[in-house]
Amino acid sequence: MGFWDVVTGRSKPKQANLDALFAVPSAAITLQAALGLVPTGDGSVCYRSAAGAGFAGTQQDILALLQASDGAPRVATSQDSYGFTWLAVDHDQVDPTAPDLTGLCTDLHAVNTTLELNGYGPGLLCSLIPFTGTDGRKVGLVYLYKQGTFYPFAPSGPNQRDNLLELSVRDAVGGDLPVEKELSRWLALWGAPGL
Amino acid sequence: MARTRFVGDPGLTFRMTTVMALLGGLFVAVVVALMALAWNYSPGVGILIGLVGIGIAWWQWYSSDTIAMKAMRAREVSPEQAPELHAMIDRLCALADMPKPRVGIAETDLPNAFATGRSPQRSVVVVTTGILQRLTAEELEGVLAHELSHVAHRDVLVMTVASTAGIVAGMVARGSQYGVMFGGRGRRDQNSGLIFLAVLVVSLITYAVSFLLLRLLSRYRELAADRAGAQLTMNPRALASALQKITGEINQIPQRDLRAAQSMNAFFIAPAISGVSLRTLTSTHPSLEKRLEQLARIEAELGRPAA
Repeated sequence: MGFWDVVTGRSKPKQANLDALFAVPSAAITLQAALGLVPTGDGSVCYRSAAGAGFAGTQQDILALLQASDGAPRVATSQDSYGFTWLAVDHDQVDPTAPDLTGLCTDLHAVNTTLELNGYGPGLLCSLIPFTGTDGRKVGLVYLYKQGTFYPFAPSGPNQRDNLLELSVRDAVGGDLPVEKELSRWLALWGAPGL
Repeated sequence: MARTRFVGDPGLTFRMTTVMALLGGLFVAVVVALMALAWNYSPGVGILIGLVGIGIAWWQWYSSDTIAMKAMRAREVSPEQAPELHAMIDRLCALADMPKPRVGIAETDLPNAFATGRSPQRSVVVVTTGILQRLTAEELEGVLAHELSHVAHRDVLVMTVASTAGIVAGMVARGSQYGVMFGGRGRRDQNSGLIFLAVLVVSLITYAVSFLLLRLLSRYRELAADRAGAQLTMNPRALASALQKITGEINQIPQRDLRAAQSMNAFFIAPAISGVSLRTLTSTHPSLEKRLEQLARIEAELGRPAA
């Protein structure tokens, strides 16, 4: 906030940064090569839904848009206990030999742009792209819209995180993605869809 | 181009800026007037008193977080002690892209919350156990978003700077009281007594005017925080229902139970006293109707169907 915003008590809602999401496919290849983590093909967007007809209509538009194409993913929305809505895009299992996340990223981008075009961009919280390892470990790449950065989240049990795995994921994808440097921003997302 | 559903309020901004300009003008005016009056007599003392006043204001701002925590007997809580509260604030800070403040809980049944601290990096958000018991998660989130907006708007700094004129005037008034009582001896008796009296009158008037302007400014800052908070959670209705719960209950609590909380009123989300006389002029918070009206406007804008 600038000086004038402070003086007049105006904080404008922070707009989401949507562009970095398209770097995920190359990061997925790196993750598979370096750590043996394969994308599940799913992905989800977490946002704050506003009250009223405007938002309900927008969400309907998103669902219709995602399900219009051939080979459309299964789409489901759910509410979490913090009052945020998760829109989960469920693609078929990706081929481990040639993982391609371009389709998923396009879908997620469609969700983001539709929300933003209708004025709900400030409500976007994060996007989550889950990966699984051959040994059953799970880790999600979380994209923070407001910071425009990614961080890994690896739940290893109820309210337990595998911090070592998270740090090695950070080191692996550092060249492909803008990674969140501030560790205090690596929020846990317990019970997120796909993990 | 992305559309925005952010409702600005040019009228509020204009009124707020006007009040702040008046406060700044008042400060300059009182300094010039006191200098002119007291210059011949003892310039050093006048400047010293003014500097002490500014020092007090600076110290109040600099240690506002610890002072307020102590005054409310609040203790800081870690994420392990209050996981839900911390998780809620974590998410709001991620939405608003601001540093996370420290979190405190005050053991009192009074349902209230406040935010203070000298900068967004050194701030603390405190909720009372009363508010935790009474509000639903959604309503509590609305209240927290309101308090985080106070932090983002640096309201403690703004109010401290704005109150400098009043503090200096108050100190000068106190000093010149002694001057009127004891200063009338020596060679320049008559003259100095009159000057002290004039200084006393000027500073008392300044103090009164700056008191009213400060309260006005405080009400505007509350409205601004309401608006920013509702925009952040995208749920003006939750904040509205929280306000109704808090203010409704506070008005029913007898006055004598509330005196202990009086010093903290300016940073509370809802005022803890229900004054009657001159209420509209001197209250630190806008009336519930005004706040609900503004939230209804935001809700209408958020819910408008896409074109």
